[in-house]
Amino acid sequence: MAKKGAKPGLEIRFGERLTPARQAVRSALTSGPGILWVTVFLLVPLLAVIAMSFLTRGSYGEIGLPLTFENYTRLAGFGAFGFDPLYPLVILRSLVLAAGTTLVCLLAGFPLAYFIVRLPPRGKQIALTLVVIPFWTNLLIRTYAWQILLGPESLAAKVASALGLAEAGRPLYPSLGAVYLGMLAAYLPFLVLPLYSSFEKLDWSIAEAAMDLGADAPRVLRHAILPQVLPGMIAGMILVFIPAVGQFVIPDLLGGARTVLLGNAIQQQFGASRDWPFGAAIAFVGMAIVMLGLSFYARTAGKDSEEALL
Amino acid sequence: MAVEPGEPKGRQGAAGSALATSVEVEGVRREFGSFVALDGVSLAIRPGEFLTLLGPSGCGKTTLLRILAGLDVADAGKVRIDGQDVGEIPAHRRPVNTVFQSYALFPHMSVRDNVAFGLKMKKVPAAEVVRRVDRMLDLVQIATFADRKPAQLSGGQKQRVALARALINEPKVLLLDEPLGALDSKLRKELQVELLALQRRLGITFIFVTHDQEEALVMSDRIAVMRAGRIEQLGDAEEIYERPRTRFVSQFLGTCNLIEGKATRREGLAVLVETPFGELRVEGHGAPATPTPDSPRETLTLAIRPEKVRMSPAGEEGENRVPVTVRELIYIGSETHYLLDAPGGAILTAYAMNARVGSQGFDLGKAATAVLPPAGLLVLDD
Repeated sequence: MAKKGAKPGLEIRFGERLTPARQAVRSALTSGPGILWVTVFLLVPLLAVIAMSFLTRGSYGEIGLPLTFENYTRLAGFGAFGFDPLYPLVILRSLVLAAGTTLVCLLAGFPLAYFIVRLPPRGKQIALTLVVIPFWTNLLIRTYAWQILLGPESLAAKVASALGLAEAGRPLYPSLGAVYLGMLAAYLPFLVLPLYSSFEKLDWSIAEAAMDLGADAPRVLRHAILPQVLPGMIAGMILVFIPAVGQFVIPDLLGGARTVLLGNAIQQQFGASRDWPFGAAIAFVGMAIVMLGLSFYARTAGKDSEEALL
Repeated sequence: MAVEPGEPKGRQGAAGSALATSVEVEGVRREFGSFVALDGVSLAIRPGEFLTLLGPSGCGKTTLLRILAGLDVADAGKVRIDGQDVGEIPAHRRPVNTVFQSYALFPHMSVRDNVAFGLKMKKVPAAEVVRRVDRMLDLVQIATFADRKPAQLSGGQKQRVALARALINEPKVLLLDEPLGALDSKLRKELQVELLALQRRLGITFIFVTHDQEEALVMSDRIAVMRAGRIEQLGDAEEIYERPRTRFVSQFLGTCNLIEGKATRREGLAVLVETPFGELRVEGHGAPATPTPDSPRETLTLAIRPEKVRMSPAGEEGENRVPVTVRELIYIGSETHYLLDAPGGAILTAYAMNARVGSQGFDLGKAATAVLPPAGLLVLDD
């Protein structure tokens, strides 16, 4: 900051005091593009979706007035033919699937991240590359690949039938297990990468201190390691949960029996049913639930989670 | 220096249980790949003793401490604590606690919770935990910070928390890994005194790792000087300083003049050594390798501390007198440090008390005589 008594000739380049006009130009140049980007590609479409959800669908699928709450009451289960819990169940099912996926990813990702961080530097590079490689392939193709891997002639199916876990000559999908396997494969990297970077920064001397003070392995994990990796773990869980809420391709291809989830409910409304306002309402409610959950976490758990663990 | 004057250091611990050992290390070896961190270390530590492991970085002192704590495992050798072989006992069940170099406080816990941690792990009843934590916080004078998090503490305060967190478990042995290393020198000296007083009061065996020779001299009952995975010399401060047995020990603790020579003959307890300075008479103790008349021409290294070298006027004749020129002098008030050019291109260092009123009479570039008293000259092992 320029001092008041500074001589005029002595210009301080960094943090120099600007005239309001120059200040405005400078802020516009630096933060302007970002604001523009967010406005055009996020804010405007979002507002359009919200606005649309209050409109009415015409007989031929056209969107128009009057303004109405009908889309929301229908979503809550109160349709033209009385109460039907179809859509509340759709929402619940999606949330359960996302929560289950997060849990499965956590159970697999925590040991994996720990394993990778203990590898020698070269091994770490290779392991991290292996974690990321599936992203080079389209999700749809990866999911079809699981159909082959779980097919009737696959090794997995033969092993399962040999162990008496499945009938011989039958594929292992569609099944709930196959759905979660596919979800795990799709979302594991989102959890492993942030968790790995937390593990990388872990101060092992704190774990040793806990050991030295009489903590056995589970308590070292709980009191010395978990509090340190918690931020990365939660970031990873959020990164898994949010896209998993809207996922429907994997349950479709591996779960059979076309279960309606948030994702395909929205797709259906915008597509075959040509009911954009209702689709917009579903999309907005799904987003609102996730946002509320996150802000609730940020307000309460974010601060207390570390202490709550102790 | 000593916190409780009168009683010579080192006796208290040994008194009462003269034969018992608190910690016994026997032939401990540890390798990391091709690097030998500990090369067969053996050591017996008395109950209540303040023992310092002193050495440069990489000498194995921290590795030895970690093996005692159970945080590292020896490749060979035995460790007994209170007579019990702890080889199979994991860190969390050993009767030792550690003060870590970086303190390793739990960042998400308050000072109070940090200190209480060990007791909670042992499932001590809550009321007793509170009582003992309060007492410990008072003992190390951190009661006023009890509710702060470690990030809000200064280095000295963190150090006290680390100490309290370890001591509250009433360990049989407290291991301290350069606990004062990160502090400024004033605070360091204060805490040295406090740490010593605490150790005397609690009577717990302290094993203290440092690379600071002055700290080692001030604090320890005994010092184990380590080098390249071995204990080079073990003894009390005076023994280590006054009678170093090897070049390394003589140089690592303080400054020491080394003189190469060949033993020619002995006269009673004294040895006569032919050196570039002429024949020197050596009467210092701690010279187990003193040559016998049977092998009189053995090559030797003599050592003499700078403060044992006496400055005399030029031209003085007599035994163990070396004609020198003052090459450099550093006046530091109570004494003057001289760098002297000696015969054969050697340089001698002498510290002389400025006992005379006015000029000491040894000026830069002038000739003088360095007197090497026979009792101050030692024969080193190597």
